[in-house]
Parts: sequence; C-alpha cells; structure tokens
Amino acid sequence: MNTAFLIQLLVNGLVVGTLYGVVAMSFVLIYKATQVVNFAQGELLLIGAWVCWALLTKYQVPFWVGMPLTLVFMFAFGIAVQVVILRPMIGEPIISVIMVTIGLSTVFQAALKWMFGVNPQPFPPVFASTAVDIFGLQIQTVYVMSLVVSVLMMLGMAWFFKASKYGLAMRATAFNQQVAQSLGISVKNVFAMAWAISATVSAVAGVVVAVVNGVSSGLSAYGIKVFPAAILGGLDSVGGAVLGGIIIGLLENVAQYVDSQYLHWGNLYEIAPFYVLIIILMIKPYGLFGTKDIERI
Amino acid sequence: MVARSTIPAGDFRTSYAADTMIFPTTTSRNFAILGVVLLCFAPQLFSEYWLSVSIQIGIFAIAALGLNILVGFTGQISIGQAGFFLLGAFTSAYINNTYAIPVFFAIPLAGVITALVGLIFGLPAARLKGLYLVIATLAAQYILLDFFSRAEWFSGGSVPASANPFSVFGYTLRGDRQYFYVVLAYVLISYILVTNLMRTRDGRALIALRDHYLSAEIMGINLTKYRTLSFGLAAFFAGIAGALYAHYQLVISQEGFGIERSILFLAMIIIGGTGSIMGTLMGTAFVVLLPESMEWLSHNLKGSALDKALALNNNITFLREIAIGLIIIGFLMFEPDGLAHRWRQIKTYWKLYPFSH
Repeated sequence: MNTAFLIQLLVNGLVVGTLYGVVAMSFVLIYKATQVVNFAQGELLLIGAWVCWALLTKYQVPFWVGMPLTLVFMFAFGIAVQVVILRPMIGEPIISVIMVTIGLSTVFQAALKWMFGVNPQPFPPVFASTAVDIFGLQIQTVYVMSLVVSVLMMLGMAWFFKASKYGLAMRATAFNQQVAQSLGISVKNVFAMAWAISATVSAVAGVVVAVVNGVSSGLSAYGIKVFPAAILGGLDSVGGAVLGGIIIGLLENVAQYVDSQYLHWGNLYEIAPFYVLIIILMIKPYGLFGTKDIERI
Repeated sequence: MVARSTIPAGDFRTSYAADTMIFPTTTSRNFAILGVVLLCFAPQLFSEYWLSVSIQIGIFAIAALGLNILVGFTGQISIGQAGFFLLGAFTSAYINNTYAIPVFFAIPLAGVITALVGLIFGLPAARLKGLYLVIATLAAQYILLDFFSRAEWFSGGSVPASANPFSVFGYTLRGDRQYFYVVLAYVLISYILVTNLMRTRDGRALIALRDHYLSAEIMGINLTKYRTLSFGLAAFFAGIAGALYAHYQLVISQEGFGIERSILFLAMIIIGGTGSIMGTLMGTAFVVLLPESMEWLSHNLKGSALDKALALNNNITFLREIAIGLIIIGFLMFEPDGLAHRWRQIKTYWKLYPFSH
C-alpha cells in the first residue's frame, strides 16, 4: 500500500469529481427543463475556457474582469444557441433534437480548433502561492479554489431552484410543460434560461479546469464523462448528478491507483467510468435518485 | 422521420400486394435493373480514383444502412457505429488469419460476431424506455476502442493489423477492379434484404415502435425483442461493412474511427433521409464526396484572396468537420426527410411538367 499516493489520488478525485458534478448538474438542468440530451455540454465548457483564456492573454484583461465577462458572454451564448438552433426544433421528434446537439458539438469542436489551434495553452497564473498546507497535506491552491468554486456553484444552484421565482418556474416546467404554460409561465423563456444557466455554469467549470490544467480541446472530455455521472445519479436528478460526478471522479482515481499498483494495464482510469455506465444500466437503470419511468395508460 | 407515412393525396392502394410493392411502376423497376447492369461495367469505365471512391461509398453505405434500421425505422440512436465497424474489421481479419477460415465466410461470420458483441452493450439499454441506447453505445464506442488498443493478440494493439485479400475457391481477387464486384454484391444483397425486411411483419413492428411505442406494445408488439433485434441488425451491418473494409484496405488501424466517424455515419443517414433505404445510399455518397469536393475546391482556390483570409489549406480538416456539423444541423432543421424527399419532389415536378399545380 502506498498511502500517500492513494490520498493524493483521492483528493484529486474529489476535486475532479466535484467538477464533473458541476458539469453533470448543468447537463441535467437542460435535460430536465427541455428533455434534450445535450451532447454539446463539453463544448460549452470548452468555449468558456477558451474565451476566458483569450481575454486574459490576448487582451491582457485582469482575471477579476475577464471572468465575469466570460460568464456574461456564455449567458448570451446559451440563449443564442437555444433561440437560433433549438427553438425551431421544438415539436420535432426527440431523436432529431439529440442529433442536432451532436452536430453542434462537432461544429463547436472544429471551430475552436480552427480559431485557437490544436496545441494546449497554459493559463496565466491566477494565484500568487502555489500550495497551501491543510492538515499537513500540501494541496495546490488551484485545487482548493476549484473545490470552493464548485461547492459555491452547487449551493447557488440549490438556492436558485428552492427560493427564486425563476427556479420555481423552471421546476414547474420540468414537472409538466402544459400545466406550467397554462399557469402563465413562459415556457420559451424557461427553455432559453435553462440553456443560458447551463452554459454559464459549464463555463465556470471550464475556466476552473483551465486554470488547473491549461486549455486544450481535450477539455471537452468532461462533456463525455457527464454521461456516466448523470446515469449513476439518475438522469433527471440534480442532486444525483452532483453525487454521481463525485463518485465517478473518485472511482477514476481509485482505478488509476489499482492500475498503477497492481494491474499495470495502463489507461484504466479513462475507461473505467464507461464500464460503470454499462453496469449501472444493467442493474439500476434509473440511477440512484432518478424517477422510475412508470406510465399510466 | 415521416418519410413513409406521407403518401400524396389521391394515391391509395386497394390491395395488400399493392401496398407492399417495392417499385411503384414497371419503368422504375426497369431503371433500377438498368442502373445495376450499368454499375457492372463500372470497373471498365471508371478511373482508379473514382473506383476507389465508389468502393468506399459502397462499404460505408452498408454500415449506414444498418444505422438507418435503428434510427430511421426504430427511432433509437447509436453513436457507436464506428466502434462496431472496426470490430467487424478486426474480427474478420483475426478469424481469417488464426483459424484459416476463408475470407468468403469470414465476412458474414464477422457480422454475426459483431452483432453478438453489440447485444452485450445494447441489451441493457434496449430494455429501457427512452433514449438510453444512445448513452450505452457511447460507452461501447469508448470501451471497444480501448479494447483494440490493448488487445495485441486480436488487433495488434498500437501496430495496425493486416488482413488477407478476398479469395473464392482458391482464386484470389487482386486490385480495386475485381474487389468492386464483391462490394457491389454485398451492397445489393443488403439493400434488397432490408427493403424486404421492411415489408414483413417484423419490419412493420419496428416502424410501429418508432411511431408510438405505447400503442405498439398494446397491440402485442414486444418492445424489448424488437428494439434488441434492430440494434443487433445495426451492429451486424456495421460488422459486415467493417469486414469488407478490412479486406479492401488489407491493413486496419483504429486511426480515424473515433466518435467523429460514428457521427459521420449519423450524418449519412440524416442527409440521405432517416427511414429511407435509397436515401441512405444518396447520403453516403454525399458524405463521401463532400470532403473530396472540398479538397478540390481548396486546391483550386490556392493563392486566391479567400484562401489567404481563411488559411484554407492548413485548416481543411477543421473546415470539413464544421461543414459536416452544419450540414447535419441544416438538414435536421430545414429538410428533416433528407435527400430522398428532395429527390421525390424533383420526380413529381418532372412527372407533371410543364403543368405542375
């Protein structure tokens, strides 16, 4: 047993897992509100990261200005995508809408490579000190920041849904679109808002990942990892998505530990979540907190 | 998605035989036969380049046909078609190399094995209502590719695997000109098979599931069975196509068969028309010819102002991906029935020319 290495990996898993949780949360938000399985979630994250990177390095904007600007941009971008691309698709078969998001992810991915190149770019340092001392463990500042930001976003999201008027409208729409509409909720606005919030939250996660690892097109892998996380938590449970994300993050790193210490297969941590996904679909298809699909005829 | 149910006004069928007819008129049947006969002379007429393009179209059209059974006729999505394609390729090469099974039998066998492996991934999802299959196939795509890069005994790991050329009864086919006929035969057989499948009870069951699975279930159609069947068929055709590809290229590497390729397969059927068998062929031709024409265009524009502004030649791969993505979105938004629908409209227009309504 290599305890220090294990603990290091577990901390790593927790940090990455909360980020997965945040992205999964924004994925579930779109799914719940608009019934769309969004395959472009990772690309939203990537766009956020690149925009922030461009503001910080090309235009030399300080971080505390660049970050809000990125969020404003992503908010508008989310609304734009919904209005231009997805609103005309309302009423079309659901599989067409999913294929549209697959097409979107291809376009975004390629367009970003075209604009920013294929090479990973380092993010300008945001913090002065590189590591802090917590309970005798040396933990990188960016990790602490990432954890804090993720938890803050989750709390913000919880507050938004529980207490705010918009959140209530969104929950009502998710519960039953027709009833919500007849009670005077503008379903159109709710859809646009869901995409805007989802894009913004993903962008925050994107910037955090970028600060830790630098920006590259590989970041959109987070959008793929969302699927195991969301399936594990239940496709329509926001809390489940967060928990699923953390579990998947921890599991990845445990897999890496087992791999490096005992199995030596290599690359196990990247593929382990997908095996888990298949197993969950077999034994508990609606996840930990998802609503079972029971139909009354 | 509504290709089959949009029968124009005034076109009503009075007998069961008329309803299941493949060709509406004798002329259309004769033209189809004429087309096939002309294709038989293609190796003598086409240049090397066009021959290889048409072989590619044929191979990919088989895989796309399988996907169209799943997407267009059953209403499920798979984004693991490239993974199964590759599995078919490696399987055929492997059983041919290791067990000395002739290529002639290895190709269909590879299809069957691919279908069985596909069912391992598809079964848990096909039981569920909703679109869980798309997520399961996403996992399948990653797991399969990871497996290929690991399993050196099977796929050579990081080294590309080699495959033997196609041979029948001791006679080995050499070169594109002879291989063209193999692909043509497979394309014809699979297209006729699937056309006929859609005229049977099973085919209609699939369409019923797509249109309204609840009503279909109430009428006694077994949801799990038919979803599994259609997913198995999709994997089967992917495997066949992969095997054909393996014995065409003779070297198989997993380069270029990631998730982008799966999306490309989806693009083929969206462009051609989901739920249209002939459309699949058109869509495949479109998707295969698009990069070729973009290449040609960028070559011709070399040195012009547009080329300098966009740096076309350096970024042609990205531009190609952007074009594919935009075309997928565009077709879904503005022409959801694809090229097949457009083709029907053109035919109707000329049928009544110059007195169209």
